[in-house]
Amino acid sequence: MSEEPAAEGGTAPAVEISGLRYAFGARAAVDGIDLRVAAGEVFGLLGPNGAGKTTTIRLIVTLLPCPPGSVRVFGLDAARERMAVRRCVGYVPQQLSADGALTGRQNVALFARLYGVPRAEREERVARSLSAMGLEEAADRLAGTYSGGMMRRLELAQALINRPRLLVLDEPTIGLDPMARAVVWERIGALRAETGMTVLVTTHYMDEAEQHCDRVALMSLGRIRALGVPAELTAGLGPEASLEDVFRACAGDSLSFLDAAGGDARDIRSTRRTASRLG
Amino acid sequence: MTSEAPAARRAGSAERIRWRLGVGPVWALCLVELQKVRHDRTELLTRAIQPALWLLVFGVTFTRIHAIPTGDLPYLDYLAPGILAQSALFIAIFYGIQIIWERDAGVLAKLLVTPAPRVALVTGKAFAAGVRAVIQGVVILALSAVLGVSLTANPLRIGATLVVLVLGAGFFSCLSIVIAGLVLSRERVMGIGQALTMPLFFASNALYPVALMPAWLQAVNRVNPLGYEVDALRGLLLGTPAHLALDVMVLLVALAVGVTVAAALLPRLTR
Repeated sequence: MSEEPAAEGGTAPAVEISGLRYAFGARAAVDGIDLRVAAGEVFGLLGPNGAGKTTTIRLIVTLLPCPPGSVRVFGLDAARERMAVRRCVGYVPQQLSADGALTGRQNVALFARLYGVPRAEREERVARSLSAMGLEEAADRLAGTYSGGMMRRLELAQALINRPRLLVLDEPTIGLDPMARAVVWERIGALRAETGMTVLVTTHYMDEAEQHCDRVALMSLGRIRALGVPAELTAGLGPEASLEDVFRACAGDSLSFLDAAGGDARDIRSTRRTASRLG
Repeated sequence: MTSEAPAARRAGSAERIRWRLGVGPVWALCLVELQKVRHDRTELLTRAIQPALWLLVFGVTFTRIHAIPTGDLPYLDYLAPGILAQSALFIAIFYGIQIIWERDAGVLAKLLVTPAPRVALVTGKAFAAGVRAVIQGVVILALSAVLGVSLTANPLRIGATLVVLVLGAGFFSCLSIVIAGLVLSRERVMGIGQALTMPLFFASNALYPVALMPAWLQAVNRVNPLGYEVDALRGLLLGTPAHLALDVMVLLVALAVGVTVAAALLPRLTR
C-alpha cells in the first residue's frame, strides 16, 4: 500500500476520514473506513454496486450526517463546519441532474446564484465554466437536446461555478459511449492541470481508474480492501494483472460475495435510469 | 477610479448581506420557474382548462339556476375568486411530486450541497409555486372578465390579489413538500395529495358561503388556510366584506410554519 503524495505547501489533506461508519437501518453501508486524499490528486473509489462508494462521498459532501471529527475536507469538519465544506466542494451526482427544460447557460447560472457568485462576475464565470467544458456553442440550447456526454459536461460546468478545491464525481461516465467517456476524462484532466484541484471520483470502470487516477481505493461491503497507486497494486499480481484482478484477490469473487455486494434495488434502478437516459 | 473602489466594495458588501439573508436562492429558484414557463407554454394552457371548465360549466349553470344564495352577487362573480384559489391549490399540492422527481434525478442532492440555507431553498420552491399560480391566475382573471365578472380595476387591489395567491400557493407547496419528506415516495405523495385536495376545497368558502355549511364543516373551514385565502381574494377582487388583515396574517403564519417544517424534512429525502 503506497503513501499518499505529500501535500503541497503543508496544506491539509483534501479529504481525511477516520473510523467512519454509516448504516441504513441494520445494514452497514460504510463499515469503519480510514482514508486520506492529498490535495491535488485524482483519487478513485472503486467497487461494485453496494460497496459503499456513494455513501462515502455523500458523507464527504455533507448530504449525510457524520460524527464530528470523522470526516474533514481541507481541515474543515464535515459535521461542525458544513457550510464551509459546501463552499469548497463541487458535486456531480450519479444521475443526470441537469434540467432539460433550461438552456445550458441557465442551468449553470442557477448554480452561480445558489453559490452566491456576485452579479458583476456571474456572466463571465458562467461563460468560462461552459467554455472549460467545451459547451460555449451549445450554451443557449435547451439542455434536453444535449447528448449524454454533453449533459455530463454541463453538470461539470455547474459543479465548477464556485471554483471548488475538491470536485466530487459519482460515476461520471456511467452509460456513456467510449468516445464521450474519453472527452469527459479529457476535460477533467485539463481542469486539474489548469487549477490543481483535487478530484474524488467513484466508478465501476476499473480500466478508467487505472488510466486516470493517481491513487485508488477498492471498496466492498463498506470497507476498503486495497489502497494505492494502480500500477503498484497490479504489479504485485504480475505483469498482465488489472485492477479487476487486484479486486478479486482482495475481496474474493464467490457468488455469495457478489450477491451481498451487488447493491440494493434503489442503487441498481438509479444506475439503470441514468444509463437509459444517456441512451 | 479611486472613488469607484469604495462604491464597488459597498455594492459587494450589500450583495453579500442580501445573499446571507437568502434572497439569492429564492430569486434563483423563482427565475428558473419563469424560464421554464417561457420555454414551454403548453403547460399553462393545459392547466387553464380545468378552472375554465369550472367557470364556464359549473359557474354559468349555477348562476342560472340560482341554487346557491349569494345575495346581490351573481354566483359566477362569487365563484371566480374561489376558482382562482383552487387553481393555485391544484398547482401547489403536487409540488411534493416534483421534489421526489428532483430527488430521483439527483437535483435535490446538488441543491443541498450548495451553501444556500435549507429555509431559503424551500422558500424559493414555495415562491416558484407562487409564480406559476400567478401566471395561471392572470389567465383566470382574464377569462372571468370576459365572462362578465365585475372585477376590480384597481391595480393595487389586483397586485394584492396576486400576493395573496403567492402566499396560498407557497403554503400548499410547503404542505406537499412536508408530505413528500414524510412518505418519501411519489405514489404516496400523489395519493395523499389527491385525498387532501377535495376536502380542502369543499371545506372552504370557495363554492358556497360559510353560513350554508353544517357546523362541523364551518369548524373545518376555520382551520383551513384555503378559506382565508378565498376570503381575501373575494374581498380584494369584488369588494365584499372580508377580514383582510386576519386572512393575510393566517397565510403568512401558515407559510412560515410550512417553510420551517419542510426545510427540516428536506434532508430526509436525500438519505
